[in-house]
Amino acid sequence: MIPARFDYDVAESVDHAIELLGAGGGDAKLLAGGHSLIPALKLRIARPAKLVDIGRLADLSYVKDGGTHIAIGALTRHAAVAADDTLAEHCPIVSFTAGQIGDPQVRHCGTLGGTLAHGDPASDMPAVMLALGADLVARGKGGERVIPATEFFTGVFETALAPDEVLVEARVPKLAGSTGWSYVKANRRAQDWATVGVAALVHRDNGAIAGASIGLVNMGGTPLRAKAAEDALAAGSSAADAALLVTDGAEPPSDHAGSSEYRAHLAQVMARRALEQALGD
Amino acid sequence: MRHVALTVNGTRHELDLEPRELLVYVLRERLGLTGTNVGCDTSSCGACTVLLGGESVKSCTLLGVQADGAEITTIEGLAGDGELHPVQRAFHENHALQCGFCTPGMVMAAVSLIEHGEATDEAAIRLGLEGNLCRCTGYHNIVLAVQQAAGVMERAS
Amino acid sequence: MSATEEKTAYVGSPVKRREDQTLLTGRGTYVDNMAPVGTLSMVVVRSPYAHARVKSISLDAARTADGVVAVFSAADLQDDWKAAMPCAWPVTEDMKNPPHYPLTDVARYQGDGVAVVLADTRAHAKDAAELVEVDWEPLDAVVDVATALEDGTPLAHPDLGTNECYVWRLDTDATGQAIDEAEVVVTRRYYQPRLIPNAIEPRAVLAVPGAAGEVTLYAATQIPHILRLLVAATLGMSEAKLRVVAPDVGGGFGSKLDVYAEDLLAVALARRLGRPVKWTEERSENYVATIHGRDFVTEYTLAATKDGTITHCRAKVTAAMGAYLQLVTPGIPLLGAWIYAGPYAIPNYSVEFTGVFTNTTPTDAYRGAGRPEATYVIERTMDALAEELGMDRVELRRKNFIKEFPATIGSGLTIDSGDYVASLDKLLEHLDLDALRTEQAKRRENGGPRQLGIGFSTYNEMCGLAPSRILGAIRYAAGGWEQATIRYLPTGSVQVITGTSPHGQGHETSWAQIVADQLGCDIDAVEVLHGDTSVSHAGLDTYGSRSLPVGGVALCYAADKVIDKARQIVAHQLEVSADDLDYANGTFTVKGSPDKEMTVAAAAWAAFAAHDLPDGMEPGLEATATYDPPNFSWPGGAHAAVVEVDTETGDARLVRYVAIDDVGTVVNPLIVDGQVHGGITQGISTALYEEGTYDETGSLLTANLVTYLVPSAAELPSFELDRTESRSPTNPLGVKGVGETGTIAAAPAVINAVLDAVSHLGVKDIQMPATPERVWRAIQEAKA
Repeated sequence: MIPARFDYDVAESVDHAIELLGAGGGDAKLLAGGHSLIPALKLRIARPAKLVDIGRLADLSYVKDGGTHIAIGALTRHAAVAADDTLAEHCPIVSFTAGQIGDPQVRHCGTLGGTLAHGDPASDMPAVMLALGADLVARGKGGERVIPATEFFTGVFETALAPDEVLVEARVPKLAGSTGWSYVKANRRAQDWATVGVAALVHRDNGAIAGASIGLVNMGGTPLRAKAAEDALAAGSSAADAALLVTDGAEPPSDHAGSSEYRAHLAQVMARRALEQALGD
Repeated sequence: MRHVALTVNGTRHELDLEPRELLVYVLRERLGLTGTNVGCDTSSCGACTVLLGGESVKSCTLLGVQADGAEITTIEGLAGDGELHPVQRAFHENHALQCGFCTPGMVMAAVSLIEHGEATDEAAIRLGLEGNLCRCTGYHNIVLAVQQAAGVMERAS
Repeated sequence: MSATEEKTAYVGSPVKRREDQTLLTGRGTYVDNMAPVGTLSMVVVRSPYAHARVKSISLDAARTADGVVAVFSAADLQDDWKAAMPCAWPVTEDMKNPPHYPLTDVARYQGDGVAVVLADTRAHAKDAAELVEVDWEPLDAVVDVATALEDGTPLAHPDLGTNECYVWRLDTDATGQAIDEAEVVVTRRYYQPRLIPNAIEPRAVLAVPGAAGEVTLYAATQIPHILRLLVAATLGMSEAKLRVVAPDVGGGFGSKLDVYAEDLLAVALARRLGRPVKWTEERSENYVATIHGRDFVTEYTLAATKDGTITHCRAKVTAAMGAYLQLVTPGIPLLGAWIYAGPYAIPNYSVEFTGVFTNTTPTDAYRGAGRPEATYVIERTMDALAEELGMDRVELRRKNFIKEFPATIGSGLTIDSGDYVASLDKLLEHLDLDALRTEQAKRRENGGPRQLGIGFSTYNEMCGLAPSRILGAIRYAAGGWEQATIRYLPTGSVQVITGTSPHGQGHETSWAQIVADQLGCDIDAVEVLHGDTSVSHAGLDTYGSRSLPVGGVALCYAADKVIDKARQIVAHQLEVSADDLDYANGTFTVKGSPDKEMTVAAAAWAAFAAHDLPDGMEPGLEATATYDPPNFSWPGGAHAAVVEVDTETGDARLVRYVAIDDVGTVVNPLIVDGQVHGGITQGISTALYEEGTYDETGSLLTANLVTYLVPSAAELPSFELDRTESRSPTNPLGVKGVGETGTIAAAPAVINAVLDAVSHLGVKDIQMPATPERVWRAIQEAKA
């Protein structure tokens, strides 16, 4: 319950944070809301030499209408994302899901950028970003680059961010009014991580299903897209039939919340329900 | 050591903190505000909940240095002039506490929930208290108390 | 005549708790809130292995770390212990009790302490603890209670040559008919999960040494008096030199009913170093270093005639002791030994308990202790028997209820009072079973994924520990009496000193209600003192739902003595015979001259001034009573759970819970309901959420509050409570215990409901807790 010693710097700007990270030589960690990092520090599971606190960079806390997309600053707290009217209008799956993360206290502190950069396959929002095909904007010494969400999550607690890069923004598409969406998760207690979570978007063209995208939580080492199920749905399969395919390529873990076999089954059930919800059935 | 200024229950404190000092220990051991309790080490139980800028947070999951410049309210700062806050009063009237250890955190979480307009009905209150664990009461009377306090605070505002 | 019969104003009223103001404003006195100048922080270095020998240990790096004052290994402190850590309940003459000490060089469970660090701050002590270097030789571990006695299983204590700790039996053979010869015999086997108590305040101790060899131990404990006795005995110090204070204590549920290594270390090291020593447990540490509960395998048999008259019950229990015997570890099964027939009249009775050692955290009392284990197997098997007989589950229960009280039961004890039929009838009134059955049938017909189940648990239990002679007969080391003192101060306020030690139960309020009624004074005139051995000199503390039926009753007898003395004083002052005085509501009046009166409070002043007392009477108005109950306390009742099961995911959620309890006279309905709410919740969460599990090496998998699921408000419904009231004839208040009833009753009601929800799919058994995966698998297996 007491972290090991570390050095601590407050970043005055993103560039300053990048500089401080660079000076930390790979042994420095960014601290945003801290709700993934500090629990690990307390148990001394994480022992970084230095923390770079970007929590005060108020200019990274925003939700902006970017025309075709909505831009969300990386330091926007989950509670602010959940309560945001622009998102509720144009990309409600994001605001809805933000309201499902952790508990109210966590949502008052935890940030969108933090939960994405942490790379936890059991977190809710990464799978939503995958399903949305979001773009994640990282800034490093050489400037900004856009990393598609599909390329961002590289392993358990691993992302495409370089050690001295800062995730600054997520860009999510504006959903058409005809796009159905759903995020469902199975967990034991409300505060628990998802045993399995499913984010589903169903795009319609003149009422017919034109395509679907499905993101899976806690079904492998990274959040996953359920491509086989998406393709089946686009090709005319029923939600029930398509949902059976969500386990293709998944490697669900076994832990206290359920075995791999159970998770696979649960994912199929949750995917069917998510698709049915998204389809408005 | 890092020099920080915290305003706690309306009083400004300037402190030199080790960066690793958790806010809850700053409150308890530096400022002597032992009303905020530590019940776990995994950010699960909510016993350490305080208000930071008016919002409920788990003070075991913030570094003291992160709170530099912040306004914090702890259980000790909730009651004014010997009068219990409506949430405290409702907890008393509904026997919503037994051993009292989770109580400060539960009360602060409830205050935040009500002030954010989220204590709309029993289901919302139950879900809104998902981050606070109590082992004595089975939550039954806590939920009653929060419902009562929400009504009182709404009428007052 | 007892004074209780004369006035009841406060008893029975929902008096709001006087404890609340302090706790609600953050001014509680929990041990970790205290920090005398110069306090050293203590951290225990623990074994990461379930079974391992310390080949070597190096303390050098830790000793030279920042802020460190001292570091000790097991060998360094061995001479400090004059006895091994205490077990107060050698349940059989040949019970095996391998000695253990606060620190060890052979770890027998994950979390066993091997060294201790003392430093100026908590952070420095934690830092230094990481620098203690231990060279471990891991040994084979035994983990599973069910297989601990099989040949070839590793031994927790190889020197013993077995993992068996004891075998204890209780058999009656009332009718001479063998169980196997009965018309219908149903046998089921159950596993009851290991439970981690999780009082929200972890344990904490602070030992403050004085200049003359005395020590004050502030402890988050349920048992300051027992702790004083046993810490002093273990350290070989004078009991009179040790003061134990239990300040505000943040819940216990049995987990703070023990003598722990850290209690002994703190006192020993405070004496050695001459400085206050404080240890505060962290939650993850609590998961390995504080006792666990349950971990029972039970084979239970009911036998009956074809018409549903139950003739036999038999329980064969294998109970995990864990690695060592803590204070009452081996006695836990025995606390349920006499109630394996439940509230049913079953003449033939047989129980057999086998205690086994495993390389796990020791088990001990956790809420209900022995009785939830009994009720669970009885109530599960009652449903199974009903199915076997083709009888309605409720009617089978009703038919077999004990109906005449007092009732001497098959196990040989006598139930003081009860009315199980009345509780069941009231339950059915609240439940509206017909409507539920209709809804259930509709859902089954629709075949949707959300199925409804209704489960019952009718129960009784024995608590109020306990008649000392019976405790002696079953080899418990101490008695079960309780002491109370009532002291009238000169100006009319009243000090009540109790030997009970509350940690959330509201004794200050309830005891004031009782005493104010007895003495006819205002409740605000009564102050209740407890939890400090220098104030409450004698007592046996709080556990086993004993505080009210033993400690509360002691108050009545102390009040009787106070009133008797006051009567002598009043008679003397009014110059009448004591027999000519009537007493009511705190005032004596002279028979036939109602204008001649004198209050107890006025007598208190007269007793203080001592100007004019009867010849030979000592000044002062104060009395102490020590009450040894003639019988256990026997609450009972009828509970029902309604659950919704998602048959696709296996997720079972409680939607309704109705509890009708009979706990005798209710002193404070607010507090009694609160006890029932909390008790039920722990039973529900045993049924649906909580389970401590180890891997095969003895490493705890559910090692914190993330993986061990203590439910929040979001997982539970509000509860529906009502009562029936059968006064206990064994005490003047008519009270019974209430602290554990909910936990004893609830788990089988919930599991029976889960099974009822999926019985149409062919499911007959689901192991507790009914996790989504277990429910799903049960459905799959039934389909296959």
